[in-house]
Amino acid sequence: MTSSHPPLLLKNAWLVDPATGHEERGGVLIEGGLIKALGPAVAAPEGAEVIDCGGQVLAPGLIDMRAFIGEPGAAHRETLKSAGEAAAAGGVTTIVSMPDTNPVIDDPAMVDFVQRRARDTSIVNIRPAAALTKGLLGQEMAEIGLLREAGAIMFTDGARSITNAQVMRRALTYARDFDALIVHHVEDPDLVGQGVMNEGEFAARLGLPGIPREAETVMLERDMRLVRLTGGRYHAAMISCADSADIIRTAKAAGLPVTCGVSINNLALNENDIGDYRTFFKLSPPLRDEDDRQAMIAALADGTIDVIVSDHNPQDVETKRLPFAEAEDGAVGLETLLSAALRLLHADLISLPQLLRALSTRPAEILGLPAGRLECGAPADLIVFDPDAPYVLDKRQLRSLSKNTPFEEARLEGQVTLTLVAGRIVFDRRST
Amino acid sequence: MSDTPRPVFPHRHLLGIEGLSALDLTALLDLADEQVEVSRQVEKKKSTLRGRTQINLFFEPSTRTQSSFEIAGKRLGADVMNMSVASSSVKKGETLVDTAATLNAMRPDLIIVRHHAAGAVHLLAQKVDCSVVNAGDGAHEHPTQALLDALTIRRNKGGIEGLTVAICGDIVHSRVARSNMLLLATLGARVRLVAPSTLLPPGIEGLGFETFTDMRRGLDGADIVMMLRLQRERMNGSFVPSTKEYFRFYGLDQEKLSWAKPDALVMHPGPMNRGVEISSEVADGAQSLIREQVEMGVAVRMAVLEALASHLPNR
Repeated sequence: MTSSHPPLLLKNAWLVDPATGHEERGGVLIEGGLIKALGPAVAAPEGAEVIDCGGQVLAPGLIDMRAFIGEPGAAHRETLKSAGEAAAAGGVTTIVSMPDTNPVIDDPAMVDFVQRRARDTSIVNIRPAAALTKGLLGQEMAEIGLLREAGAIMFTDGARSITNAQVMRRALTYARDFDALIVHHVEDPDLVGQGVMNEGEFAARLGLPGIPREAETVMLERDMRLVRLTGGRYHAAMISCADSADIIRTAKAAGLPVTCGVSINNLALNENDIGDYRTFFKLSPPLRDEDDRQAMIAALADGTIDVIVSDHNPQDVETKRLPFAEAEDGAVGLETLLSAALRLLHADLISLPQLLRALSTRPAEILGLPAGRLECGAPADLIVFDPDAPYVLDKRQLRSLSKNTPFEEARLEGQVTLTLVAGRIVFDRRST
Repeated sequence: MSDTPRPVFPHRHLLGIEGLSALDLTALLDLADEQVEVSRQVEKKKSTLRGRTQINLFFEPSTRTQSSFEIAGKRLGADVMNMSVASSSVKKGETLVDTAATLNAMRPDLIIVRHHAAGAVHLLAQKVDCSVVNAGDGAHEHPTQALLDALTIRRNKGGIEGLTVAICGDIVHSRVARSNMLLLATLGARVRLVAPSTLLPPGIEGLGFETFTDMRRGLDGADIVMMLRLQRERMNGSFVPSTKEYFRFYGLDQEKLSWAKPDALVMHPGPMNRGVEISSEVADGAQSLIREQVEMGVAVRMAVLEALASHLPNR
C-alpha cells in the first residue's frame, strides 16, 4: 500500500490485542500500511474511507509458521497465489512457506525466487523458511548466513527430522552465531518405521502399523540436550502428545531457548476421526488419542505450547485416494485454521486473546516480525471476524487448489469477514 | 659469527610452547634474529652442526615446514635425511614406537617429527636418546610456527607485549593457533580468537582467551590479524556450510581488514586457500607479512636447532 492511498478507519469493532490481552470497543485508523491510531475515541480524518465492523472482533492477522506450498515443483497442488488466496479467506496474513519444494529451498537464489514470486502473485505475506541441511538430506549444513541475508526467516528440514545428532549439534552451534531460528520436525523415522497412525488400540483394530509417541519424545529429548549444550535457538515444529508437553515445560523451566508449536489438527481432532481409513486424517505427527488432544489444549492454555500452525499440506487425489497406509501425509488448513481453533473458545477451554496470541503474537515474536499486535506503528495486517458465525464447510468452496481438508462437512463457528494486509483489503466476505 | 652454541635454552627437546618461559622464548627469538642475518649473506653455511645427523620424520605430508627444516639443518652443517612415512603404512601406537627404536639405533642427533596424532611426538621423544623437535602433532602444537610468527611480529612491530592479536578461522583443528595462543600470551600480547562457534574449541573460554564469532567485533582494534587455513574436508557443510559462506562472513578481504587498526598486519601460516579464508588482494597486499613469515621460518628453525645442539648427547 502506498502512502497516496487514503486513510482507512475500521470503526465499531471489538478490539482484541493478544499481545497485551486488552479488549475494548473501538476502531483502528490505518495510514500508509500501518496502524496510525486505535481505541474507543479514534475518528476518521477528512477523506478517510470508513468501514463499520458491526461490533465484530478486530485482531491482528494470523501468522502461520508452517505451510507447504507446491511452488516450485508441484504447482498443480498449490501455488503461492492460491495459497495466498486461501490464507486471506482464513484470516492468515503471513505464511511461512516450507522448503520442501522441488527444487529445495536451500540456496539463496531460491529464497530470492520465492520472495519475488510471492510479492508478484500472493495477496498475503509469504516468508520463506530455508532448508537447514542441503537438499533436506540431514547431512550437510545449508548456508545459514547467506540464506538469512537473502531473507530466509527460519531454518528447517520441513517434514523431515535430522536423525544425525552431530549434524544437529553443529547446526545449532553455527546458527547461534547468526541468531538464526532452527525449527525441527520431531519424529524419529526409525521409530516411525512403517507406522501410519497413532500406535494403540485403534491402530490395532484397524490393522494398521502404529507410530509410538516415543518417535516424538525420543527426538525431542535429544534436541533439548543439544540445545542445552549449544545454546542455539530452537522451535519444535509440532508436538502431539502429553509427554512432549512435559519435555517442553521442563526445558522452559530450565531457561532453555526453546519454543514449540502444535498443529491445529492435533487440537481439533483425534485418531477416532480416521474412522474407516479416511486418508485426509493421515497426518504427521499422527492424530493421537483424546487424552493427548486434551493435553495439547492444556499445554496451549498454560503457555507451554507457543503457537498453533495450520500444517497446511495440499495433496491431490493421486496422493490421497489410496489405501490408508499408501496415502501421503497431510491436510490443507490455511482456510480453516481460525474456525477450527475457535472450537476451543466455544468449548470454554481457552480465552480469545490467549487463542489469538498463539496464532499471531507468539509466532511474530519467535520470528522477529513487527506484526501480531494492535499497536500504533505496527503493520496493518488485520482481520475482522465474527467468532460465532456458523457454517458447514463445503470443500468445493476452498480456495486451495487441493481439497484434502479433514473438516469436510464439519459444522464450524467463526468466519473471517475482512482480511487486510499492510492496510489493503485482500479478502472481503461481504462481497463474495 | 661464533660457531660455539651458547647455553641459551635449558631444554633437550622442543615439543611445544607450553612450559617455555618468556625468557626461553626471548632467547630463541634473539638467536633467530642473528640467523636472519646469516641467511641473508652470500655464505650461508655455519658449522654448528657439523658431523651431526638430522632426521626429518614426517608422518604427514608437508612442503614448507619440511624444506624449511632441511635448509636450516644444512645451513648449520648437519647431514639431513628426509623420511616421509606414508600414513597408510604406519599403524599408530606400537609401530610409532618401533619406528623410534629403529631410528634411534642409527644414532641420529636430532629428529624433527610431524605426526597426525596429538601427543605422538611426546611419545617418540621418550623412546629416543637424541633431541626431538615437534614439527606439528595433530591439533596440539606447532612450536616453530609460533616462534616464526612471533619473530615476524617482533621485527615489524618492535615487540609483542601489549599488541592485540586476532587469530581467525579454524581454531579447533589448528595446532598453529594453539602454539600461537600460548606463545603470544606468554610474551604479553592480548590474544583474541575469532571464528564461527563450530570452529572454536568447546571450553576455550575457560582458558582465558577472548572469543568472537563476529569478525567486525573480533578485528576491531587489532594490531595483527592472523588467518588460519580451513581444511577442505571441513568446508562443505560439516563445520561450515560452504566456502562461499565462509568467505562472506569469515574470509579476510580488504573491507574486513579495515575494521582492524590502520597499521594492522596480516599473517597466514600457509598454504593459503585464496578466496576461502583470505582474498588475494589482502594476501598479496601492503599489509601482508606472509612472504616474510617463510623467510623467518628458516631462521627460527636454525635458532632452534642451534639451541638444542648445546644439549646433544656425547658432547
